[in-house]
Amino acid sequence: MRNPYRTQAVAFFFLLLATLLIVVPVGLVVVIIVQKGLPAVNWTFLSDIPRQGMRAGGIFPAIIGTFYLVSGAILFALPIGLLAAVYLTEYAKDNLLTRIIKLAIVNLAGVPSVVYGLFGLALFVVFFKFGASILSGSLTLGIMILPIIITTSREALESVPASFREVSLSLGVSKWQTIRHIVLPNAIPGILTGTILGLGRAAGETAPILFTVAAFYLPQLPGSVFDQVMALPYHLYVISTQVPNVDEKIRYGTAFVLLALVLFMNLIAIVIRSKFRKKKKW
Amino acid sequence: MACGVASIFFVVLIFLFLVKEGLAVFRSVSFSHFMFGHKWYPISEPPHLGILPLILGSILVTIGAAVISVPIGVGCAVYIAEIAPLRVKEILKAGIELLAAIPSVVLGFVGMVTLVPLVKNIFHLPTGLTALSGSVMLAFMAMPTIVSIAEDALYSVPKNYKEGAFALGATHWQTIWRVMLPAASSGIVAAVMLGIGRVIGETMAVMMITGNAAILPKSILVPVRTLTATVAAEMGEAVVGSEHYFALFAIGIVLFVISFMINVTADLFLHRRP
Repeated sequence: MRNPYRTQAVAFFFLLLATLLIVVPVGLVVVIIVQKGLPAVNWTFLSDIPRQGMRAGGIFPAIIGTFYLVSGAILFALPIGLLAAVYLTEYAKDNLLTRIIKLAIVNLAGVPSVVYGLFGLALFVVFFKFGASILSGSLTLGIMILPIIITTSREALESVPASFREVSLSLGVSKWQTIRHIVLPNAIPGILTGTILGLGRAAGETAPILFTVAAFYLPQLPGSVFDQVMALPYHLYVISTQVPNVDEKIRYGTAFVLLALVLFMNLIAIVIRSKFRKKKKW
Repeated sequence: MACGVASIFFVVLIFLFLVKEGLAVFRSVSFSHFMFGHKWYPISEPPHLGILPLILGSILVTIGAAVISVPIGVGCAVYIAEIAPLRVKEILKAGIELLAAIPSVVLGFVGMVTLVPLVKNIFHLPTGLTALSGSVMLAFMAMPTIVSIAEDALYSVPKNYKEGAFALGATHWQTIWRVMLPAASSGIVAAVMLGIGRVIGETMAVMMITGNAAILPKSILVPVRTLTATVAAEMGEAVVGSEHYFALFAIGIVLFVISFMINVTADLFLHRRP
């Protein structure tokens, strides 16, 4: 008869191996980018415009572009997402409509990013005639991160204990006042986490902005929301596939800035979440 | 309430606009020609708009990615949920979140500079931009989804199932294999499906490292082009209102329908009450 403990040891070894197969490459990716990208980053790189057909100079317009796009996306997605989350946790009854809304959110989360790009092109760029602009790109990214904001905000609202609401209601406070003054303040860290995760996602996505806003090469800064901008992820794509003979340093430097930006946001989200968990009184 | 309905509204809106722009292509090619045509030469005269090579490219890359990511992803989920000590568990979960957060264009870039030359040298190919490279890269993008959802599923198995198995003298591994995994199976199936959904929809990394050749793939070591990469690469040049433009939107419909089916089915699995 086989020794079950030996089987267990073998199985656990393979499980550990599987885990290492994920974790080690991830570590390598980060190490490679930091090691080769960090030396390329200096003040000139961050604050200068790209020069000589993007083979020299910096990435300032791309950083600013990404900043505008992400701000626009969050301005659009946060109010809608938050209100949808409040509706789903506080008001929605368990009926067919609620079920369909939840399914719609799941689907929105699963739609391929390039399909968002197509949608943004058809609706904002062509139908509403916004053209390829910050407005079109922000709205497209906003719809894309909506499910992230709704899902995380819902979790945050649901984790506020029911007793808080009951006590408030029993004191004669109206339902909306309860939500406004009791539920929302207690859910803010969770909502903030979701918002920052959404920001990170919006900053890193390329496919939705390909045809809605991103400019191949545009050294000046945008003047209005109807202008095109450069954006970090698209810039990285362009200099690594479309432009020949770009110095490795510039590629790695751009990848590093983008990765650092996205990971920094995620780090903030993780810190807020863990702080909140420790502080939680219930 | 209006904002809750907004999410339905957006899903319907996305579909409507894809359909509005995409269905126009069927004025010039028949449905079966479009889906099963062997040639994708969108700007030749007359254009050949058959997306079979693209569909096969997507399927090939997806199967490759699934073969790699499913065993590793589920294995890692089991390790995190069952075996890892508490502190290691926290670190591993942070690592998985890190992987999920890396933008796909950055992974694509890293794949280009590390994986592509590697594949080229190992198999002595003229180019390392192949379906295989794409599969490996995409496997890494599917893993965070698979690991986190499968781990949730394992975590939500009632504790007394496990205690019962232990009480009967089962080893930890026997418990995992015979009790935990079957009990969490519907969640794990959902995890795998959502991971695959992520792979099919992934665009940038795939465009950067699969070589973008819209031909019927004969093996996993040749360049292929996926549905997503086609849209992303060609929409910039397609003239608004041309057949090419409509055809790319029709590809969008195909992608939307695939992701819709995957998500609905996965959702059914996730909410199946035993």
